[in-house]
Amino acid sequence: MLKLGHSLIEKIHAHGERDYPNECCGALLGREEGADRIVTGLMPFANQRGDSPKNRFSIAPLDVQMAEDEAKKKGCNLIGWYHSHPDAPARPSEFDREHAWPWYSYVIFQVEKGEAREMRSWRLNEDRTRYAEEGIEYIASA
Amino acid sequence: MAVKVVIPTPLRQFTAKQESVDLEAKTVGEALNSLTSRYADLRKHLYSEDGRLRSFVNVYVNDEDIRFLQKEKTALTQGDTISIVPSIAGGAGR
Ligand SMILES: [Zn+2]
Repeated sequence: MLKLGHSLIEKIHAHGERDYPNECCGALLGREEGADRIVTGLMPFANQRGDSPKNRFSIAPLDVQMAEDEAKKKGCNLIGWYHSHPDAPARPSEFDREHAWPWYSYVIFQVEKGEAREMRSWRLNEDRTRYAEEGIEYIASA
Repeated sequence: MAVKVVIPTPLRQFTAKQESVDLEAKTVGEALNSLTSRYADLRKHLYSEDGRLRSFVNVYVNDEDIRFLQKEKTALTQGDTISIVPSIAGGAGR
Protein backbone atom coordinates (compact mmCIF):
# COMPACT_ATOMS: atom_id res chain seq x y z
CA MET A 1 0.00 0.00 0.00
CA LEU A 2 1.04 3.53 -0.74
CA LYS A 3 -0.22 5.73 2.07
CA LEU A 4 -0.98 9.29 1.03
CA GLY A 5 -2.27 12.13 3.19
CA HIS A 6 -5.09 14.39 2.03
CA SER A 7 -3.02 17.57 2.01
CA LEU A 8 -0.43 15.94 -0.26
CA ILE A 9 -3.12 14.66 -2.61
CA GLU A 10 -4.51 18.17 -2.81
CA LYS A 11 -1.07 19.50 -3.70
CA ILE A 12 -0.61 16.86 -6.42
CA HIS A 13 -4.10 17.60 -7.81
CA ALA A 14 -3.41 21.35 -7.80
CA HIS A 15 -0.11 20.82 -9.65
CA GLY A 16 -1.87 18.79 -12.36
CA GLU A 17 -4.68 21.33 -12.73
CA ARG A 18 -2.27 24.27 -12.85
CA ASP A 19 -0.16 22.66 -15.59
CA TYR A 20 -3.10 21.34 -17.62
CA PRO A 21 -3.20 20.71 -20.60
CA ASN A 22 0.46 19.80 -20.06
CA GLU A 23 1.65 16.88 -18.00
CA CYS A 24 3.01 17.71 -14.57
CA CYS A 25 5.57 15.68 -12.65
CA GLY A 26 7.26 15.50 -9.29
CA ALA A 27 9.00 13.35 -6.71
CA LEU A 28 7.49 11.43 -3.80
CA LEU A 29 9.55 11.43 -0.62
CA GLY A 30 8.72 9.07 2.19
CA ARG A 31 9.59 5.96 4.09
CA GLU A 32 9.01 2.25 3.92
CA GLU A 33 7.21 0.51 6.74
CA GLY A 34 7.07 -3.22 6.15
CA ALA A 35 5.31 -3.68 2.84
CA ASP A 36 3.82 -0.18 2.99
CA ARG A 37 5.18 3.11 1.80
CA ILE A 38 4.22 6.34 3.49
CA VAL A 39 4.54 9.53 1.48
CA THR A 40 5.73 12.36 3.70
CA GLY A 41 6.65 15.04 1.18
CA LEU A 42 6.63 16.13 -2.45
CA MET A 43 9.03 17.87 -4.78
CA PRO A 44 7.30 19.31 -7.83
CA PHE A 45 9.44 19.59 -10.95
CA ALA A 46 9.06 21.52 -14.19
CA ASN A 47 8.32 19.22 -17.11
CA GLN A 48 11.48 19.24 -19.29
CA ARG A 49 9.69 18.02 -22.42
CA GLY A 50 9.09 21.42 -24.02
CA ASP A 51 8.71 19.68 -27.41
CA SER A 52 5.70 17.56 -26.37
CA PRO A 53 4.51 18.59 -22.89
CA LYS A 54 0.89 17.48 -23.39
CA ASN A 55 1.71 13.78 -23.53
CA ARG A 56 5.29 13.48 -22.29
CA PHE A 57 7.28 14.44 -19.24
CA SER A 58 10.87 14.08 -18.20
CA ILE A 59 12.94 14.84 -15.13
CA ALA A 60 16.66 15.36 -15.64
CA PRO A 61 19.27 13.30 -13.76
CA LEU A 62 20.46 16.38 -11.85
CA ASP A 63 16.92 16.89 -10.56
CA VAL A 64 16.71 13.22 -9.58
CA GLN A 65 19.97 13.66 -7.71
CA MET A 66 18.57 16.77 -6.04
CA ALA A 67 15.49 14.85 -4.91
CA GLU A 68 17.75 12.08 -3.55
CA ASP A 69 19.79 14.65 -1.63
CA GLU A 70 16.68 16.36 -0.28
CA ALA A 71 15.29 13.01 0.90
CA LYS A 72 18.57 12.18 2.62
CA LYS A 73 18.57 15.58 4.33
CA LYS A 74 15.05 14.93 5.62
CA GLY A 75 15.95 11.43 6.78
CA CYS A 76 13.63 9.73 4.31
CA ASN A 77 13.84 8.14 0.86
CA LEU A 78 13.02 9.06 -2.69
CA ILE A 79 10.31 6.41 -3.08
CA GLY A 80 8.74 7.35 -6.38
CA TRP A 81 7.26 9.84 -8.80
CA TYR A 82 3.92 11.32 -9.72
CA HIS A 83 2.72 12.57 -13.09
CA SER A 84 -0.56 13.58 -14.67
CA HIS A 85 -2.30 12.20 -17.73
CA PRO A 86 -4.23 15.12 -19.23
CA ASP A 87 -7.49 13.75 -20.66
CA ALA A 88 -6.20 10.18 -20.44
CA PRO A 89 -6.76 7.37 -17.93
CA ALA A 90 -4.67 6.96 -14.76
CA ARG A 91 -2.86 3.88 -15.93
CA PRO A 92 0.66 3.54 -17.34
CA SER A 93 1.06 3.87 -21.08
CA GLU A 94 3.39 1.67 -23.10
CA PHE A 95 5.77 4.64 -23.16
CA ASP A 96 5.62 4.82 -19.36
CA ARG A 97 6.51 1.14 -19.10
CA GLU A 98 9.42 1.36 -21.52
CA HIS A 99 10.93 4.20 -19.50
CA ALA A 100 10.19 2.96 -15.99
CA TRP A 101 12.56 1.95 -13.24
CA PRO A 102 11.77 -0.95 -10.95
CA TRP A 103 11.10 -0.38 -7.24
CA TYR A 104 9.81 3.23 -7.54
CA SER A 105 6.11 3.91 -6.96
CA TYR A 106 4.64 5.63 -10.01
CA VAL A 107 1.56 7.64 -9.08
CA ILE A 108 -0.49 8.55 -12.14
CA PHE A 109 -3.62 10.68 -12.09
CA GLN A 110 -6.06 11.76 -14.73
CA VAL A 111 -6.78 15.44 -15.29
CA GLU A 112 -10.00 15.63 -17.31
CA LYS A 113 -10.74 19.00 -18.93
CA GLY A 114 -8.58 20.69 -16.31
CA GLU A 115 -10.02 18.86 -13.33
CA ALA A 116 -8.06 16.23 -11.35
CA ARG A 117 -9.80 12.85 -11.26
CA GLU A 118 -8.77 9.30 -10.50
CA MET A 119 -5.33 8.63 -8.96
CA ARG A 120 -3.62 5.23 -9.01
CA SER A 121 -0.17 3.93 -8.15
CA TRP A 122 1.91 1.39 -10.07
CA ARG A 123 5.17 -0.50 -9.81
CA LEU A 124 7.11 -2.06 -12.65
CA ASN A 125 7.69 -5.78 -12.21
CA GLU A 126 11.25 -7.10 -12.21
CA ASP A 127 11.25 -8.45 -15.76
CA ARG A 128 9.96 -5.09 -17.12
CA THR A 129 7.02 -6.73 -18.91
CA ARG A 130 4.20 -5.12 -16.98
CA TYR A 131 3.14 -2.93 -14.08
CA ALA A 132 1.43 -4.16 -10.94
CA GLU A 133 -1.04 -1.84 -9.30
CA GLU A 134 -0.16 -0.78 -5.79
CA GLY A 135 -3.16 0.25 -3.73
CA ILE A 136 -3.40 3.79 -2.43
CA GLU A 137 -4.57 4.20 1.12
CA TYR A 138 -5.78 7.66 1.99
CA ILE A 139 -4.67 8.78 5.41
CA ALA A 140 -5.37 11.89 7.44
CA SER A 141 -1.74 13.02 7.39
CA ALA A 142 1.76 11.58 7.49
CA MET B 1 41.98 -0.23 -12.05
CA ALA B 2 40.06 -0.48 -8.82
CA VAL B 3 36.93 1.63 -9.25
CA LYS B 4 33.63 2.10 -7.48
CA VAL B 5 30.18 1.99 -9.10
CA VAL B 6 27.41 3.84 -7.27
CA ILE B 7 24.04 2.07 -7.62
CA PRO B 8 20.82 4.13 -7.62
CA THR B 9 18.12 3.22 -5.07
CA PRO B 10 15.74 1.46 -7.51
CA LEU B 11 18.47 -0.98 -8.54
CA ARG B 12 19.84 -1.84 -5.11
CA GLN B 13 17.44 -4.75 -4.79
CA PHE B 14 19.62 -6.44 -7.44
CA THR B 15 22.96 -5.73 -5.74
CA ALA B 16 22.18 -7.26 -2.36
CA LYS B 17 21.20 -3.77 -1.12
CA GLN B 18 24.69 -2.37 -1.65
CA GLU B 19 24.88 1.34 -2.40
CA SER B 20 28.11 0.86 -4.30
CA VAL B 21 30.11 -1.98 -5.77
CA ASP B 22 33.91 -2.10 -5.99
CA LEU B 23 35.41 -3.75 -9.03
CA GLU B 24 38.33 -3.80 -11.46
CA ALA B 25 37.96 -2.29 -14.93
CA LYS B 26 39.90 -0.33 -17.55
CA THR B 27 36.87 1.30 -19.21
CA VAL B 28 33.30 2.24 -18.29
CA GLY B 29 32.03 -0.52 -20.59
CA GLU B 30 34.18 -3.08 -18.79
CA ALA B 31 32.99 -1.86 -15.41
CA LEU B 32 29.32 -2.13 -16.39
CA ASN B 33 29.95 -5.53 -17.91
CA SER B 34 31.62 -6.78 -14.80
CA LEU B 35 28.79 -5.32 -12.69
CA THR B 36 26.06 -6.97 -14.76
CA SER B 37 27.81 -10.31 -14.86
CA ARG B 38 28.07 -10.25 -11.10
CA TYR B 39 24.43 -9.12 -10.76
CA ALA B 40 22.73 -10.50 -13.87
CA ASP B 41 19.25 -9.13 -13.05
CA LEU B 42 20.58 -5.58 -13.43
CA ARG B 43 21.27 -6.06 -17.11
CA LYS B 44 17.76 -5.61 -18.53
CA HIS B 45 17.24 -2.43 -16.55
CA LEU B 46 20.45 -0.84 -17.84
CA TYR B 47 20.52 -2.12 -21.41
CA SER B 48 17.82 -2.46 -24.06
CA GLU B 49 17.49 -5.66 -26.12
CA ASP B 50 19.90 -4.34 -28.75
CA GLY B 51 22.60 -4.09 -26.09
CA ARG B 52 22.68 -0.30 -25.82
CA LEU B 53 22.42 1.65 -22.60
CA ARG B 54 18.81 2.74 -22.13
CA SER B 55 18.09 6.42 -22.81
CA PHE B 56 17.06 7.09 -19.19
CA VAL B 57 20.20 5.52 -17.74
CA ASN B 58 22.85 8.18 -17.15
CA VAL B 59 26.41 7.22 -16.37
CA TYR B 60 28.94 9.61 -14.87
CA VAL B 61 32.64 9.22 -14.20
CA ASN B 62 33.48 11.51 -11.30
CA ASP B 63 30.46 13.72 -12.14
CA GLU B 64 31.23 13.88 -15.88
CA ASP B 65 28.50 12.46 -18.16
CA ILE B 66 30.09 9.71 -20.32
CA ARG B 67 28.08 11.00 -23.32
CA PHE B 68 30.50 13.96 -23.27
CA LEU B 69 33.53 11.71 -22.79
CA GLN B 70 34.14 8.56 -24.84
CA LYS B 71 30.86 6.93 -23.78
CA GLU B 72 31.40 3.30 -22.81
CA LYS B 73 34.96 3.44 -24.14
CA THR B 74 35.82 6.10 -21.54
CA ALA B 75 39.06 5.05 -19.84
CA LEU B 76 39.17 4.76 -16.07
CA THR B 77 41.91 5.56 -13.63
CA GLN B 78 42.52 4.10 -10.22
CA GLY B 79 39.95 5.25 -7.66
CA ASP B 80 37.40 6.61 -10.16
CA THR B 81 33.77 6.71 -9.12
CA ILE B 82 31.19 5.70 -11.70
CA SER B 83 27.65 6.80 -10.86
CA ILE B 84 24.50 5.43 -12.45
CA VAL B 85 21.83 8.13 -12.15
CA PRO B 86 18.24 7.75 -13.35
CA SER B 87 16.33 10.23 -15.41
CA ILE B 88 12.58 9.86 -15.19
CA ALA B 89 10.37 9.91 -18.25
CA GLY B 90 6.90 8.92 -19.30
CA GLY B 91 3.66 10.19 -20.68
CA ALA B 92 0.17 9.29 -21.72
CA GLY B 93 -0.57 7.37 -24.90
CA ARG B 94 1.43 5.28 -27.38
ZN1 LIG C 1 2.23 8.33 -17.93
